[in-house]
Amino acid sequence: MSEPPAQVDIVTSLTGAFPALEALPTAIVYPALMLVGAVIATLFVSLFGLFAIWLERKVMAHIQCRLGPMEVGRHGWLQTLADGLKLLAKEDLIPKDADKALFILAPIISFTGAFMLYVVIPFGRDVIAADLNVGLLYLAAVGSVEVVGIIMSGWSSNSKWSLFGSMRAAAQVVSYELPLGLSLLPVILLAGSLSTRDICEAQAGWFWNWFLFANPFMPILVVIYVISSIAEVKRAPFDLPEAESELVSGFHTEYSGMRFSIFFLAEYAALFGVSAIASLAFLGGYHTGIPAIDGIGGFLGGLVGVATMIVKSLCFVFLQMWLRFTLPRIRLDQMFHVCYKVLLPFAFVALVGVAVWQSVLPDRSLWFLPR
Amino acid sequence: MTELETPLLRDTAAAESGDVKTEEMILNMGPQHPSTHGVLRVVVRTDGEIVLDCEPHLGFLHRCFEKIAESVNYTQVTPYTDRMDYLMSMGNNLGYCVAVEKLVGEPVPDRAWHIRTIVVELDRIASHLIAIGTYGLDAGALTPFFYALRDREKILRIFEEICGQRLNYNYVRIGGVAYDLPEGVESRILEFCDYFEPKVDEWDRLLTYNGIFIKRVANVGVLPVPLAIDWGVTGPCLRGSGVKRDLRKKPGYGIYDKFDFDVPVGRGEMGTVGDCWDRYIVRVREIRESLKIIRQAVKSLPAGDHLAAWAKRRIRPPKGDAYTKIENARGELGFYIVSDGTDKPFRVKTRGPSFCNIAILPEISRGCMIADLIVIIGSIDIVVGETDR
Amino acid sequence: MDTSQVFAAIRERFGGAIVEENTTNRDPFVKVAPASLHDVMAFLRDDPRFRCDLLSLVSGVDYGDDLGVVYHAESTSLGHVVVVKADLPRAKAEVATVSDLWSAANWHEREAFDLVGITFTGHPNLVRILTAEDWVGHPLRKDYQFPTEYHGIVCEFEGIHDGTWAEHTGEQLG
Repeated sequence: MSEPPAQVDIVTSLTGAFPALEALPTAIVYPALMLVGAVIATLFVSLFGLFAIWLERKVMAHIQCRLGPMEVGRHGWLQTLADGLKLLAKEDLIPKDADKALFILAPIISFTGAFMLYVVIPFGRDVIAADLNVGLLYLAAVGSVEVVGIIMSGWSSNSKWSLFGSMRAAAQVVSYELPLGLSLLPVILLAGSLSTRDICEAQAGWFWNWFLFANPFMPILVVIYVISSIAEVKRAPFDLPEAESELVSGFHTEYSGMRFSIFFLAEYAALFGVSAIASLAFLGGYHTGIPAIDGIGGFLGGLVGVATMIVKSLCFVFLQMWLRFTLPRIRLDQMFHVCYKVLLPFAFVALVGVAVWQSVLPDRSLWFLPR
Repeated sequence: MTELETPLLRDTAAAESGDVKTEEMILNMGPQHPSTHGVLRVVVRTDGEIVLDCEPHLGFLHRCFEKIAESVNYTQVTPYTDRMDYLMSMGNNLGYCVAVEKLVGEPVPDRAWHIRTIVVELDRIASHLIAIGTYGLDAGALTPFFYALRDREKILRIFEEICGQRLNYNYVRIGGVAYDLPEGVESRILEFCDYFEPKVDEWDRLLTYNGIFIKRVANVGVLPVPLAIDWGVTGPCLRGSGVKRDLRKKPGYGIYDKFDFDVPVGRGEMGTVGDCWDRYIVRVREIRESLKIIRQAVKSLPAGDHLAAWAKRRIRPPKGDAYTKIENARGELGFYIVSDGTDKPFRVKTRGPSFCNIAILPEISRGCMIADLIVIIGSIDIVVGETDR
Repeated sequence: MDTSQVFAAIRERFGGAIVEENTTNRDPFVKVAPASLHDVMAFLRDDPRFRCDLLSLVSGVDYGDDLGVVYHAESTSLGHVVVVKADLPRAKAEVATVSDLWSAANWHEREAFDLVGITFTGHPNLVRILTAEDWVGHPLRKDYQFPTEYHGIVCEFEGIHDGTWAEHTGEQLG
């Protein structure tokens, strides 16, 4: 591989696309373009939330032998919009004995934590908000911010049930960050860099360059990552924090209306975030895997990259939804057992295996085929 | 309404007044809760997630059935019995009618007994479907519940064809059944049996042998046999602990001695004998046995009256009292009726199986986690309409 | 054991305490004096001829003049059901609890206390079970008067069913 490509971010891409912006003073252009990037990301997260909630309801319905939303819009695609408008119109209730400041702050922090994941996710070769050279480390760090919001919500609700939910959430999310991080370490080994864009670039070319096929230990790591990411976003079978049949609604029992919808949006933002990380770390990110198509440059190439990235992430999203409606919920002590006694040892072994493979057979991939 | 001191709160108050600072929490699984199977209130004392003690509080669905029964005549009591265990209304009707028939002392025609057997067993399947469907929900599996409802819908259609109602049937009457079976319903019942039998295998694949479900449910809430009998537990809860006791096998119980069926018991296949998984699997296997009974009853359905001639007049049993029990989906449903010779009952007392079964909740749930408490309540399978009447 | 053998065994042991032996009723029963009820029930549970280990039902009945308790005890091993009754004077309706013999009696006796007003001496937790804890009166008694109000909620008044509810309570109906 030649020298690493220059770092890009939203500012450089947009100034590259619209050279006229270079004439303006940096003090104005920089923040303005950053704002544009943030707005685009927020729009994407909101639209994705809209789509994902509809998709979840349809997937749930068809797995359960029924139809799901069918009334509002063709096959119910406007249902989420209608629900969102309804939630907006609801009364803003704060329990009398709740800690008001924390109660209001909690969903905002939760959403921010989930939203910050999108800063380093490369949707295309030049479509990234900020190509930090510590991208994966940043992702691991920022993933924990959401938990703070959840603990705050459980505590400030002044309800024992909410407290239960948030304590479970804290324990679960913090525990599963270990196998999550460990399963991403070998990716760094293979790519030679922490930057998410470099990780994607290292998987350029034909699809067998993807890290999934890099060596026999990678499929194990993909499985560990998928399980840990489901636990991180607190979805079934790891939805103890919001165990509907036990804790009514767990940490967001006392939230209603707009505040609840922010929590909801945060969940789907995190869902897409971890799926996007999976696709960029193991499935080549925005590369289609066919060099002829990847070679298309310019606007169309960028669009193809974005579409590929979204499709790959949606595959993981669909997998998570499928698992949610098939499996029962796991219990707290069993959850710890899986994390510390099953996933962690496997992750360590796989990490060592990848390291050994890289040093002994750097030019061989899965099935010992030459790269 | 002031919270009067219950034993649970008394103990905690005493503990907290001492010098020892305990970290115990008193939790209220309030009357409104997604998993208490109705308006049941459970006050739980926990140490973190471990349940130290719990106390069920009843009465939120008390509708004074026994008082009402004293002011209407015998036939008018039957619709009220529907509403007690509303998931197996046919069984409730049967329990009451059998008690009155014992008091009156007259026989019921054979065709009526066959029809009664068919509808009661169909209702047992419908009730067990709800029990295992909601049990999946309690454990977190969202999908099996919908499959249960899908199949139960077919049973409810058959009932609607037979008696016009989907839930509270008032079909089994004193001296027989209200209406004869309509034309062609027998073939539809057999069709349902053929359709439904492979679906029970689907349940086994989806929920029964699912690793996570077994981990949640096996070795939890073990009910030893002496404790069960001491507390008067009956039905699938008792059979789950290994006791092969089913009233349908008793001589003289309707016409069940003509039919060939087995009584499933828990054998501790996945854990300890008498754990939640055993109680669950007993219900699943009972569905298969009920299908057998229905097929045999439909095929041997004789011609005849659907209602005894003596029952078409006003019912005036002789003075005295009688107690009968039937095997309901939840246990032994008993009716104790005292008659003073008039056409209105003097006293009707119901022995609801859920009332007796839920009393063991504190005994079998000490030391489990809150998640397990939900699972245990689900495995006891109560209907609050029956605990409170 | 058939009915005559059951009665003979009980008569042999508790001859003086038996008030009535009824074999003509649909369910033959033996009526004993309240004071010896606990001993009779203990005998039924422990005697090897009876071995009544399952207490099926404890009912309270208001006969109009007196109150009464009815016990249905069953043997899971021997298969018979024994019915024991006791009549209690209305002024002092007390009888010893059998919840020390069968735990099943615990809740049944609470219900009899709640609805019929029979006190079971020695019961570990004799509080109301089906009605609210601070309810007044015993609903299944024949002379029960429904309360006119409960914690400020109007429950009963003359003409409750003739459509004058709103006027009586002063509610504004829309």
